[in-house]
Amino acid sequence: MHREDFPMIKNNIVYFDSGATTFKPQVVIDSITDYYQNYCANAHRGDYHISQIASSKFEETREIIKNFINSKNTSEIVFTSGNTESINLVVFGYFRHQLKSGDEVLITKSEHASNVLPWFVLEKEIGIKVKYIKLDENKELTIDNLEESITPNTKVISIAHITNVVGDIRDIKSICALAHKHNILVLVDGAQAIAHTKVDVQMLDADFYTFSSHKIYGPTGVGILYGKYELLNKMFPINYGGGMNTLFEHDGYYELKSLPHRLEAGTPNIAGVIGLGSAIEYVNNIGIDNIIKYEEELKKYLLEKLKELDFITIYNANSKGPVVAFNIKGVFSQDTSVYLDKYNICIRAGNHCTKMLKDEINIKNTCRISLALYNNKEEIDLLINVLKNSENIWKEIL
Amino acid sequence: MNNDLKRSIILDNYQFPSNRKIPNDDSYIKINTNNESCIDNIDLYVKLENDIIKDINFEGEACAISISTTSIMTKLLIGKSIKEALNIIRNYQNMIEEKDYDANILKEAIVYNETYKQPSRIKCATLTWNGMEKLLKDKSLN
Repeated sequence: MHREDFPMIKNNIVYFDSGATTFKPQVVIDSITDYYQNYCANAHRGDYHISQIASSKFEETREIIKNFINSKNTSEIVFTSGNTESINLVVFGYFRHQLKSGDEVLITKSEHASNVLPWFVLEKEIGIKVKYIKLDENKELTIDNLEESITPNTKVISIAHITNVVGDIRDIKSICALAHKHNILVLVDGAQAIAHTKVDVQMLDADFYTFSSHKIYGPTGVGILYGKYELLNKMFPINYGGGMNTLFEHDGYYELKSLPHRLEAGTPNIAGVIGLGSAIEYVNNIGIDNIIKYEEELKKYLLEKLKELDFITIYNANSKGPVVAFNIKGVFSQDTSVYLDKYNICIRAGNHCTKMLKDEINIKNTCRISLALYNNKEEIDLLINVLKNSENIWKEIL
Repeated sequence: MNNDLKRSIILDNYQFPSNRKIPNDDSYIKINTNNESCIDNIDLYVKLENDIIKDINFEGEACAISISTTSIMTKLLIGKSIKEALNIIRNYQNMIEEKDYDANILKEAIVYNETYKQPSRIKCATLTWNGMEKLLKDKSLN
């Protein structure tokens, strides 16, 4: 749907790697160019006209995000450089100061590196314990398994909303309800979810929710950290400098700004934030519900077609997210992706930054197709045809 | 060498690689070669006696190019002195980088003489060769 909005589609590329990054619609590209060409000034700095336009456009995005994820107010929306920085800010700006040796953090083996390594570092630094919630036979997270993993020492549950290889959609609302009953805080990594499911942070009752702009049709280099006000208010900045202080004296005395600016030191990615604002408006104009419905249909069609091919192994046939992990039997994933690239079909091969998932599915590397709103059935038909001819794979890639 | 022949040598070494096993002998030196693009991952096991490479085994998960070139490398280097082996490796690397090289000492390995045309496969074609070079250089310094 809406293929004509995306200049990259016109390059005759069949793009099935939107889980890595999405293509950008023309309106997003235009809004970034507009900033650089017509009101390129720093935000929150100048008294002159173009700086005021830049500031108000920048802050407008915060309002757009606030409404998009239904947070209570804009002071709960922090701009970062990406989902990775958002998670690191929560781990090192908040939990490093709140947790103590012996406290436990629950994650799963299908988490992305960015929701694993910060916790490993905190484990080394202050002696918390990282524990894994058992996954079921479909490599998905169940409430029962979560409940079993909770101990009196569990202080944090840190999990993806939708995982990036298995593609299971976690029941965040029930997870948060269970967690809060045990006084556990929940950090939700929304990187793979934000463009593919409805996110309402108040309804979910997530304590922290993070995502990247570039996975929802916006530019790279911008991320969002949502946090409940009372938690963000206890968060320490990771960066100190301009834009986040109200005063400082020669004797070392300083005072910091209120939320969210206190957590946004330095000149932000102004063009990127403005671009994200247009990306969210673009999604709103189509309607996230329409996108979800369309992608579900596509995923169903893709799975049906792939299941007809007996030489394909599918690893996540039951998951509900817009992701399919597979291999051609007897062919290493990278060879498959090089073969598909000959037909301008882009898929991802490898372990997709989930290096612990190999413990679960006994295979380290898979091919991953991830869908977005600009994909269509014709592209899936092309993929299936090329896969059907894959007995020629060696002739084509060697 | 025509493309069909090259392909069949690569495929043969991928599907029926030589020396692909984990030795049951702790006198082998083990090194891991792990592609930073985070896909290919091969362990090399090397048995040295004085200055001679007595044996090389390998095991891991990797693409057709990586596995096949590792198979070919083991066959070329077993029995060679460290100095001879380093010379073969340097010639192979030169070939991949489109520099001058001696095709005669590379034997079967010249099937990769056009890999430079596929930049995404250069890492696959050099991963274990670079790992082997590092191991041998470390050893010859000791």
